[in-house]
Amino acid sequence: MIWGGAGLALLLLSVVVSLSMGTASLPISQVWGILWHQLPFVGHWVTPDWPVSSEQIILKVRLPRILLAILIGACLSLAGAGFQGVLRNPLADPYTLGVASGSAVGAAFIILFGLQVALLGQWTISAVAFVTGMLSLFIVLRLAVINGKFQLETLILSGVVVQAFLGSMVSFMVSLSDKVINEIVFWLMGSLSLRGWSFTFMLVPYFLIGIAVLLSYGRTLNLFALGERQAEHLGVNVVRTRMIVLCVSTLITAAAVSVAGTIGFVGLVVPHLVRLMVGPDYRILLPVTAIFGGIYLLWADTLARMLLSPTEIPLGVVTAFLGAPFFAYLLRKNKKRLGA
Amino acid sequence: MLQVHHLSKSYNEAHVLKDIRFSVAQGEFFGILGPNGSGKSTLLKLLSGVEKASGGDIQINGEPIERYSRKQLSRFLAVLQQESLPPVNFTVKEIVEMGRYPYQNWLGEEKDDQSGIVDSILEKLRLVDLQDRSLQHLSGGERQRVALGKVMAQKPSLLLLDEPTTYLDIGYQIQMMDLIKTWQREEKLTVVAVLHDLNLASIYCDRMLMISQGEAISIGTPEEIMRSELIERVYGTTPIIVEHPVHKLPQIMLQGGIIE
Repeated sequence: MIWGGAGLALLLLSVVVSLSMGTASLPISQVWGILWHQLPFVGHWVTPDWPVSSEQIILKVRLPRILLAILIGACLSLAGAGFQGVLRNPLADPYTLGVASGSAVGAAFIILFGLQVALLGQWTISAVAFVTGMLSLFIVLRLAVINGKFQLETLILSGVVVQAFLGSMVSFMVSLSDKVINEIVFWLMGSLSLRGWSFTFMLVPYFLIGIAVLLSYGRTLNLFALGERQAEHLGVNVVRTRMIVLCVSTLITAAAVSVAGTIGFVGLVVPHLVRLMVGPDYRILLPVTAIFGGIYLLWADTLARMLLSPTEIPLGVVTAFLGAPFFAYLLRKNKKRLGA
Repeated sequence: MLQVHHLSKSYNEAHVLKDIRFSVAQGEFFGILGPNGSGKSTLLKLLSGVEKASGGDIQINGEPIERYSRKQLSRFLAVLQQESLPPVNFTVKEIVEMGRYPYQNWLGEEKDDQSGIVDSILEKLRLVDLQDRSLQHLSGGERQRVALGKVMAQKPSLLLLDEPTTYLDIGYQIQMMDLIKTWQREEKLTVVAVLHDLNLASIYCDRMLMISQGEAISIGTPEEIMRSELIERVYGTTPIIVEHPVHKLPQIMLQGGIIE
């Protein structure tokens, strides 16, 4: 509860601070004013004393991007927590079952053949990436199922195999494309630039479904921590739970990846980080993970667009560059505390 | 309470269990004994409904076991496993509360307030002082007592034990078996226990089933099962059978083959 409240406050603060940052720097008071003015009922309390251009920048450019970053961070972190819970594997992340490579193949294909706006306008890459991502999940599941049920090890290995295969296809397409600055590589490294409100709105239902379903499995995931057999003896339908949690986690991952490319490390690090803060109880862990995933990606994206402004650093580079050392530090600190 | 008819189980071509038959009455403490690889653990997996039989059937309270959903089953059937709980970062009390899972709706609520159940179990198992400790900081014996607490919170009428004393020293072994026996007497609990310690089994079981290579060799009281020639036939070693001076029950003493 405390962590949830603190997290939400931090999230709000981050949004406002991040909104004020950019090529045109705007004072934070102005940002507050513009946001406040948009609220229903209380909006007229503030009188607009800012240039229209500021409002345009905030509402049309920065706000949708920031909200998109939060949503994607939340989706990836939730999915990571789901995967880690159900696979009982600390190395599991949202891409364990090959979704990212599946999406990457679709996106690379579209970019390679210059079909970016061919089928569905601005939606083309996202739609195709989503479909190929889900398709790769389907292939992984088909490979892992033997005689109607699947073993955990087979499932993880199938994910590895499919990822390796699809990864080689992506590399092949990268090598075929002869541009100096390779657009495929940039897509793979993730970016949130030039997405606009429509993509933000598109992600909302996925996020809501994801968090609702995963939260309803919170108590069940706690039992999974004791081992699958223990959970089964306590009345958990282990196979069904595993299936639903994996599929929902993959669904929200595919949605996030199809919009922003493969942003690594968020789904791996944030659930671990939050687990160190709030403990192992998934009923608390899941919502706090979503909040902190949002904060993490928001700041990563802010750095991505600010550090070398006006050039943007690929988002996936920032998340890993920040996340890996921080995670290493936390791990060591935690081990020391336990005296191990 | 529990009837097993012509039960068999095979994995691919290997027959692990063949034509097992027995029944257990309510309130009985029933032991399943046998050497390594005899199929006793497989039998317990079938009894707990985790795996399906290849042939024959298991009836609990007059209904075939497949009729019950996983959740229904866990309201009257609980299993205490051989491995104690993994060292997770939940507190002792949280783990015992997990035993109430089968009775909770998706919000984690129960029909009536049942918080008294968990507290009385913590008291009975002398876990009150440990209740806020993380499972990570407990010894193996303490962790197994927490596992027993979780199983008790399930309020089962049929308890399956899968060699629950394997990793415990003799002090904890006796403590564990005594706690289970007391619980069994108080609640008229039916217990089916896979045990590998014949002496322990003789003290605590009312009747026992000896299996070897997937087949039932004999069913009977400890006096009927703990016979030198039967044990030699099943285990391939000839023990000395003596009477326990206090319990008046048969106990075995092992004898080495190369000692003069």
